Amino acid sequence: MRRLLNGNEAAALAAKLARVQVVSAYPITPQTVVVETLAKYVADGELEAEFVKVESEHSALSVCLGASATGARAFTATSSQGLMLMSEILYVVSGMRLPVVMANANRSLSAPLSIWNDQQDSLAVRDSGWIQLYCESNQEILDLLLQAFLLAERVSLPAMVCYDGYILSHTAEAVEVPEQAEVDAFLPPYSPSLKLDPDRPLTMGPVGVPEVYMEARYMQHRDTRRAREEFLRVAEEFGRRFGRRYGILEEYRTEGAELLLLTMGSLASTAKEAVDRCRERGEKVGLVKLTLYRPFPDGEVVEALKRAKVVGVLEKDISTGWMGALYTDTVAAFANESRRPLFQNFILGLGSRDVRLEDLEGIIGALRKAAEEGKVGENPRWVGLKGEMVE
Amino acid sequence: MIEVRFHGRGGQGAVTAARMLAEAAFLEGKYAQAFPFFGAERRGAPVVAFARLDTRPVRLRSQIYEPDHVVVLDPTLLRAVNVTEGLKPGGLLVLNARERPGKLEAGRVVWVDATSIAVEEMGAPITNMAMLGAYVRASGEVSLESVLRAVGDYFRGKMGERNLRAIRRAYEEARE
Repeated sequence: MRRLLNGNEAAALAAKLARVQVVSAYPITPQTVVVETLAKYVADGELEAEFVKVESEHSALSVCLGASATGARAFTATSSQGLMLMSEILYVVSGMRLPVVMANANRSLSAPLSIWNDQQDSLAVRDSGWIQLYCESNQEILDLLLQAFLLAERVSLPAMVCYDGYILSHTAEAVEVPEQAEVDAFLPPYSPSLKLDPDRPLTMGPVGVPEVYMEARYMQHRDTRRAREEFLRVAEEFGRRFGRRYGILEEYRTEGAELLLLTMGSLASTAKEAVDRCRERGEKVGLVKLTLYRPFPDGEVVEALKRAKVVGVLEKDISTGWMGALYTDTVAAFANESRRPLFQNFILGLGSRDVRLEDLEGIIGALRKAAEEGKVGENPRWVGLKGEMVE
Repeated sequence: MIEVRFHGRGGQGAVTAARMLAEAAFLEGKYAQAFPFFGAERRGAPVVAFARLDTRPVRLRSQIYEPDHVVVLDPTLLRAVNVTEGLKPGGLLVLNARERPGKLEAGRVVWVDATSIAVEEMGAPITNMAMLGAYVRASGEVSLESVLRAVGDYFRGKMGERNLRAIRRAYEEARE
C-alpha cells in the first residue's frame, strides 16, 4: 500500500514491520517522531515490544546492547548530540558483535548549537564498527532499515541507517509500505547461536587481554569487510520479494560521463535533477550515489568512478583542518590505481545551508573547468558560503 | 510542477495544511512532497511550510524560493513578512482577510475571512483548514472531494467534522 509518510514515520513503521522486540531511545530533534511513534505503537498494542524509557542516549544504547545479548531484536533511533553520547557504547556493541539496528536522523553537531541537518554526526562515528547505510528518500529509509535488520543479524554486526534530518525526517512523500506477511517472509525472527540465558550461562564482553585483543579486532574487521557481499545478497533477496532493487551504490546517467558527482543521502535527488539539466545541454555528467558507506566499498567505488576525467565529491561534513570523510576514503581507494581521475571535494549543506540546483550547476561548472585545465581548483571548496567569507 | 508556500504563525497549522494538500494530490495519483521550513518553531512566531505537486516524481529537495502560489493563514503577517517574495509573475496569492485587500504584488488575489470561519466552526482561530478550502477553490490544483477525504482520514471524530465544515465553508466563501 502506498502512503504519504515523512522520514521519521517511515523509520518507525520499518521497525514495527521488523517486529522489533526491544526499543530504547531518547527523544532528540529531528528524530523525536520515531520514538514517539514507536511508543504509541507499543501503547496501542500494535507492536509487541518492550519500550524502555531511559534518561539518556548512553543508556538507550546500553539497553539495546543488553537486550540484543539476550537474543532480542533491538532498535534505537537518535541524532547528533545523542549519537555522540552513545559513542562509547557504539564500540562496545560492535565489538560484542551484537546486531542492534539504529535509525540516525542526520543533524549537525554543536557548537554553534544547531538542530539542523548535515552528516557530521554519523561520519564522526564512521570508525565505530557499525555498518552505515545512507538514504536518498523516505522509501529508502523504510527499505534499508528492513534490509539492515537482516544484514546485521547475518553478519553479527550492528547497522546504522542514516537519513538527512528535516530534508527527509520532516518531509512527507509517497512510500510503498509492504504487507506484514511479506516482511515476515523476508525477515525471520532473530535467533542467535549464542545468547545470554540463565539456563545456559556464558560470559559476553569479557576483558580482552593483550593475548587476544588484536585477534578480536582483526576478526571484527575481516567480517565487516565481508558484510559487503552479504549486503548484496540481502539486497538481491529484497529486490526479488519487493521489486525494489538496491545496490552498494547507484549509478545515474554515468554512461560516457567525463564529470562525475559522488555523494550520499538526500542530496542525490536534487543532484539527479542537476545532471538531467546538464545532460540536456549535451554535457557528459553523471552521478554516483553511495548507499553503503561502511564497510567502504572501495572496489565498487573505483569501478564506478575510474573512467571519469574529474570527480566531485559532495559531502555534508568536514574533518576539521583537512577534507571531508567521503573524499579521503574515496581518494584512498584510488591510491594504488595507475589510472585515476582528478578529485575535488565540495563541502556543502552544513547546518542546513540549502543546496540549490544552481549550486550544483556551479559545482559541475568547476569540474568542467578542472577537466579543461587538467587540475582542480580550491580543495576542499566550500559551497554556499556568504560572499564576505570567501578568501 | 506547482510549488506552494504557506505562511502562518506557530500553532495555526501551516505545516498540516501543506501536508493535507500533498495528501489530497497523492489521493489523486499525483506526486507530492510537503515539508516545513527547517527552522526553530515557536507558538505565535511566523512560520513557513511548503508543498510541491507534480505529475512525475518530485526529486528537488531544496527549499522553495519562487513559489507558484502563496497562502497566508494570518492577516497580521502582511505587516511582518514579505509574503509575496519570489512569487512567480502572475502567481496566486490566497489571503486570510476580513475585507477585500488593497493592491498586492500578485497575479491573482483570493481572500476569505478564515479567522471568523475557524472561530465559528472549530472554536479556535486555527485557520489552516479554512485556508486550505479557499486555496483549493482558488487554484483548482486538487478537488474539494480529495481534500475532504485526506483531512477526514487524518482527523477522525468530532475534530475531523469541524475541520471538514471549515474547509467547505471557506471553499464557498472565497472571493476574488
